[in-house]
Amino acid sequence: MIEKLRFFRKYLPLIATIGLFILMFALTSVAFPAFFSLQVFFNLLNDNMFVLISAIGMTFVIISGGIDLSVASVIALTAMVSAWLVEWLNVDPFLTMGLVLLMGTVLGAGMGSLIQYLKIPPFVATLVGMFMARGLCFVISTEYIVIEHPIYRAIANYRIYLGDGFIKPDVVIAFVALPIAIFLLHYTRFGRTVYAIGGDEQSALLMGLPVGRTKILIYTLNGFCSALAGVAYSFYKLSGHGLYAYGRELEVIASVVMGGTLLTGGVGYVLGTLFGVLIQGTIPVIIMFQGTLSSWWTKIVVGLITLFFIVMQRALGATNSRR
Amino acid sequence: MNLLKELRERAGNSKLTWPLVALLTIMLFNLFYRPEFFSIEVKEGHLFGSLIDILNRGAPLMLLSLGMTLVIATGGIDLSVGPVVAIAGATAAYLIGHGTHGQDITNTPLPLVILAALLIATAGGLWNGLLVSRVGLQPIIATLILMTAGRGIAQLITEGQILTVYYSPYHYIGLGHLLALPFTVFVVAAVFLLFWFLTRRTALGLFIESIGVNDSASFYSGISEKNVKLLVYTLSGFCAGIAGLIVSSEIKSADANNAGLWFELDAILAVVLGGTSLDGGRFSLAGSILGALIIQSLTTTIYSVGVPPEVIMVVKAMVIMAVILLQSKRFRQAFKPIIGAFLSLTRRGRSLLRTTRLPSGESASE
Repeated sequence: MIEKLRFFRKYLPLIATIGLFILMFALTSVAFPAFFSLQVFFNLLNDNMFVLISAIGMTFVIISGGIDLSVASVIALTAMVSAWLVEWLNVDPFLTMGLVLLMGTVLGAGMGSLIQYLKIPPFVATLVGMFMARGLCFVISTEYIVIEHPIYRAIANYRIYLGDGFIKPDVVIAFVALPIAIFLLHYTRFGRTVYAIGGDEQSALLMGLPVGRTKILIYTLNGFCSALAGVAYSFYKLSGHGLYAYGRELEVIASVVMGGTLLTGGVGYVLGTLFGVLIQGTIPVIIMFQGTLSSWWTKIVVGLITLFFIVMQRALGATNSRR
Repeated sequence: MNLLKELRERAGNSKLTWPLVALLTIMLFNLFYRPEFFSIEVKEGHLFGSLIDILNRGAPLMLLSLGMTLVIATGGIDLSVGPVVAIAGATAAYLIGHGTHGQDITNTPLPLVILAALLIATAGGLWNGLLVSRVGLQPIIATLILMTAGRGIAQLITEGQILTVYYSPYHYIGLGHLLALPFTVFVVAAVFLLFWFLTRRTALGLFIESIGVNDSASFYSGISEKNVKLLVYTLSGFCAGIAGLIVSSEIKSADANNAGLWFELDAILAVVLGGTSLDGGRFSLAGSILGALIIQSLTTTIYSVGVPPEVIMVVKAMVIMAVILLQSKRFRQAFKPIIGAFLSLTRRGRSLLRTTRLPSGESASE
C-alpha cells in the first residue's frame, strides 16, 4: 500500500502532465475538427524544437537543484555568431556549427566553474552569463544579419515527409537528443549523481560522489544544449539578432516544471519535459484556432498553468520554501 | 594625521564606501574625458545638465531598487517588477486616454488615475507576497509567474497597442519641475524617507534582517514572518507602480512590450552593488540608491563617450562579475595577496580578511 502510494506520489506530476496534454489535445480536437490533423501536430513539433532541446539541458540543471537563466541569451548569441561567421567572415557552415557548439559548451563550463569553485549562487552566475551573451550579440551587430548561405537555406527548407505531413530537420535533432538525454540521466553513473546532488548535496559529497565534477558537467551539458538549440533556432529564423528568443528562458524553465521536475531538485524526468514543451506549444495554437482571444492570452494562460503545476507540487509536500 | 586616520577608519566601517568609490570613479572618468559633464545651466528657471539628467532618468530604477532591497533583505527576490511597471503605465494610459485621441483631456480625474495604477501594481505585489508567504513557493518561482503573465496582462489592458497620452497634466509626473529640480527627484526622496522611517524608526527593519538571516528562527522568536514577507513584496509592487507612472509619463505613452524591459535585472544589480547581499540579512537603502545611480551614470557616460549603447550589457556583466567575485569568500581566499593589499587599507577590509581564513579542506557552504 505504502509502496503504491509512494509510486503514485512520485509519478503523479508526470501523469498529470501527460494527461493534461492529451486532454487539451482531445478537447480542442472536438471543438475545432480542423485541429485534429497530423500536420497540426507536426507543426507543434516544428515550431517548438529549439525550446525542447534547451529544456532537455535545463532538466539536468533543475534536477541538480540549480537554475540557468542564460539559455535564451545563449540561443540568441549562437544564432548571431552563426550568421556573423557564415555571412560576414565566409566560414564554412559546418565548421561554423562546430564552433558555435564549442562556444556554448565553453560558456556553460565557465558558469559551472563559477558556481562550483567560487560558490556563487547559480541564479547570479547565470544572470551574468545572460547579460554577457546578450551584450555580445549587440557587440557583433545591432542589426539583423540574414543568413543567405545555400547550405543553411537547404537544411532549413528541407522537409521530411511522414504520412500526410512533414517535419523539419530540427525535429530530428531534438528526437536524437531526447533518448541520449534519457539514457544519460536514468542509466548512467553521471545521471544518478545528478539526482543525488539535487536530493542533498552535502550527503552526496559525504557518499564520496564526484559532486564538483558533476556540477560543472551539468552546466557544460546545458551550455551545449543551449548552443544546439541555437543552431536549430538559426535554421528556424535564418538570421541573427540580439533580441531573438527574448524571455524564452522562462518558457524553458516553465516547460521543465510542467514536466514534473521539482524546482528544489532531486526529482524529474526528461520525458516529462517533452510533454511540458508540447503543452506550452499547444496553448498559442488553441488561441489561434479559437480566433476571438488575442495572442497575449498565451502568456497569461502559460503563467496560470505553470502556477497550477507548482502549487500541485507544493500540495504534494515535495517542495519546501528554501530558495 | 589623526583626523585622516579616523576618517579612513570610519570609511572602512561603512557599507557605503565601495559603492561611493565606484560612483566617484565614474565621475572622475567624466571629469577628465568630458568636463562639460558637470556643467549645470539654468533654463527657464529649471536646472539642466548631465548630473540632473542622471537623477531624473535614474528615478524609476531608484524606486524599484528601494522596493527590491527589502525583498532581497528577507532572502527573497522579485523578478516581476518590470512587467508590473508596464501594467501600471498601461492602466494609467487606459483610464486617461480611451477615446480621447489627440485631445488634451482625460476620461478619469488624474488623482483617480494615479490611485488606480498604484492599486493595481500594489495588488500585483500582494499576489507575489501571498504566493511566497502563504502558499510557500520559492520567491524566484512565485515572482516568475507574474513576470510571464504580467506582460500579457499589460497587453490585455492596452489591447496590444501603444497607448499615447495627450493629457498634459499627466506629463508633469515624469517631466515636470518643482523648485528648479525634476519632480521625480522629490518622488524618490519621499519614498526613500518613507522606507527609511519604516525600517529604521520602527522595528520592521530589524524583523526584515532577522528573517533574511534565518526565517524559521525569526518565526520561533515571535516575529510574524509571513506578514513581514507579505509586506515587503507588496511594497515592491507599490514602488514598481510609481516607477510605471513615471516611465509612462516620461515617454507620454504606455508600451506593454517594452516598458520596464530588463528593469528587474537592473534593480537586482543596483541592490547588489549597494552592498546588500543576495543571501538576505543586512541591507542598506542608501546603498541601493547609490547602486542605481552607478548604473545610470554608467549608462549616461557610455552614451556620451560614443560607445554603442548596446555594449552596456557587456559592461554591466563585467561590473556584476567584479562585484560578486569580491563578495565571494573563495575568490578572496585564492587571490588574498593581491586583494589583501587593497583591503588591508581599511579596518573593515582587515576584518573581512580575518573571517575569510578557512581551515584547509573545509567546504565553505555559504
